[in-house]
Amino acid sequence: MGSIEENARIERLYLEKFHQERGAKIVPFAGYAMPVHYSSGIIAEHLHTRKAAALFDITHMGQALLKGLDPAKALESLAPSNFVELAPWQMCYTVLTNNKGGILDDFMVTNFGRSLFLIVNGALKKADFSYIKRNVNADVELETLDERAFFALQGPLSEQVLSRVFPEVKEIFFLSSLELVFRDAICFVSRSGYSGEDGFEISVPFDVAHEFAEIVEAQPEVIMAGLGARDSLRLEAGLCLYGNDINQETTPIEAGLQWVVGKERVKTGGFPGANVIIDQVRQGPSRQRVGIRICGRAIARQNTEIESETGQKIGFVTSGGFCPSMKSPLAMGYVQSRFAGDNTRVRLLVRGKKIPGIIQPLPFIKHRYVRSSEKI
Amino acid sequence: MSLSYTKDHEWVSISQSIATIGISDFAQEQLGEVVFVELPDLERNVTKGESVAVVESVKAASEVYSPVDGIITECNESLIEEPKRLNLDPIGNGWILKIALSNPEGLSGLMDETRYKEYIQGIV
Repeated sequence: MGSIEENARIERLYLEKFHQERGAKIVPFAGYAMPVHYSSGIIAEHLHTRKAAALFDITHMGQALLKGLDPAKALESLAPSNFVELAPWQMCYTVLTNNKGGILDDFMVTNFGRSLFLIVNGALKKADFSYIKRNVNADVELETLDERAFFALQGPLSEQVLSRVFPEVKEIFFLSSLELVFRDAICFVSRSGYSGEDGFEISVPFDVAHEFAEIVEAQPEVIMAGLGARDSLRLEAGLCLYGNDINQETTPIEAGLQWVVGKERVKTGGFPGANVIIDQVRQGPSRQRVGIRICGRAIARQNTEIESETGQKIGFVTSGGFCPSMKSPLAMGYVQSRFAGDNTRVRLLVRGKKIPGIIQPLPFIKHRYVRSSEKI
Repeated sequence: MSLSYTKDHEWVSISQSIATIGISDFAQEQLGEVVFVELPDLERNVTKGESVAVVESVKAASEVYSPVDGIITECNESLIEEPKRLNLDPIGNGWILKIALSNPEGLSGLMDETRYKEYIQGIV
């Protein structure tokens, strides 16, 4: 057998003991020792999230406030979204771009009124925060929130569960947030996540994090879930993983994330790589991120080559794995745009064999977000 | 029938010049839930150390290396429909393949159960 993980120098989660007590298998990820699954296993955790609710500790992610004079305007100099138009307590997904239009990181931004709340990927948080500090104007300042845990509660029963702690969560919808108090501590709660299901993400100060996690985990609908299920859930939901599906070489347009580019900003530009990105908005990109359904059971993992039916190399896989809800392997990757149409037949080169695949629209599984129009 | 183990966490059990090969309980636990097993063609000549099968878990793909020289005589086809067997019963129902030894005298580099247990203690 090859490849059993090696240990590198890594940081510990604030609640590591809590996870160990619940049977967590802990592996290094993004510089942290992270639970990859608990005693029930990845498949059970995945299926439970789609059916009920699961709690994920995602404290490895970076949290920060961008404060000062007009932080929205300042952030627009580094990212293509229209943060100035973001209503108070609304949240959006966006990307930091480089001069080639590539993606430095993807992240969430919430308008907290006088500041912006940023949530960035764990592996890149130091780099992102120092990049932002160096590149925004002197009127704004970035304050990292290093003393907070971060949880995701995901699944259709999340509202029912979380409303026992915070009754107010029934009043918010997908991509909106609230500041709420738990044991005298200020928590940030948003209706958002990375599973394609309804759910919430909750930032909790360290001193009450253990109690918060204990209460939520003790609810009968909830099990703990780790990074393994987080990855298979997001893959079925067609969501990008930074470092796999998007990186400094892929633009948001190639990645199918054109909606992160504000309408006005296509005209005005003013962010790194604007010329490349605006050109791709107008002309269409030469390659695109697509979903691929694999025929059979072989798994086409990252970097698997994709060929056309006639044997021409047309792209490569960026994420691939077994998806428990679909009971089949799935993949995402980039192909030349003329092969990106739904139902195009392709072949994936897995260990020298050509495995047939079919281009599928993303997401593979319909998102079940609770949006304002669906709730009164 | 006693089992021998490789440093790569395969087990091998030899009976009448036929080696039955699988992965150890430690290996299946490290891999996590197995969702696919790629089996080799029958009658293939293999040499020690050559990749003969691939076990895919939800987490990763891992190759199975032949601990012996010989010819592949049989594969556990039931793993195709039920890859879970590798987790549930790795050294029983979850066996992977059989190899007819070309040189039954030439076995080397294998550990017995006790030494293998010490070896994995050193890993975790």
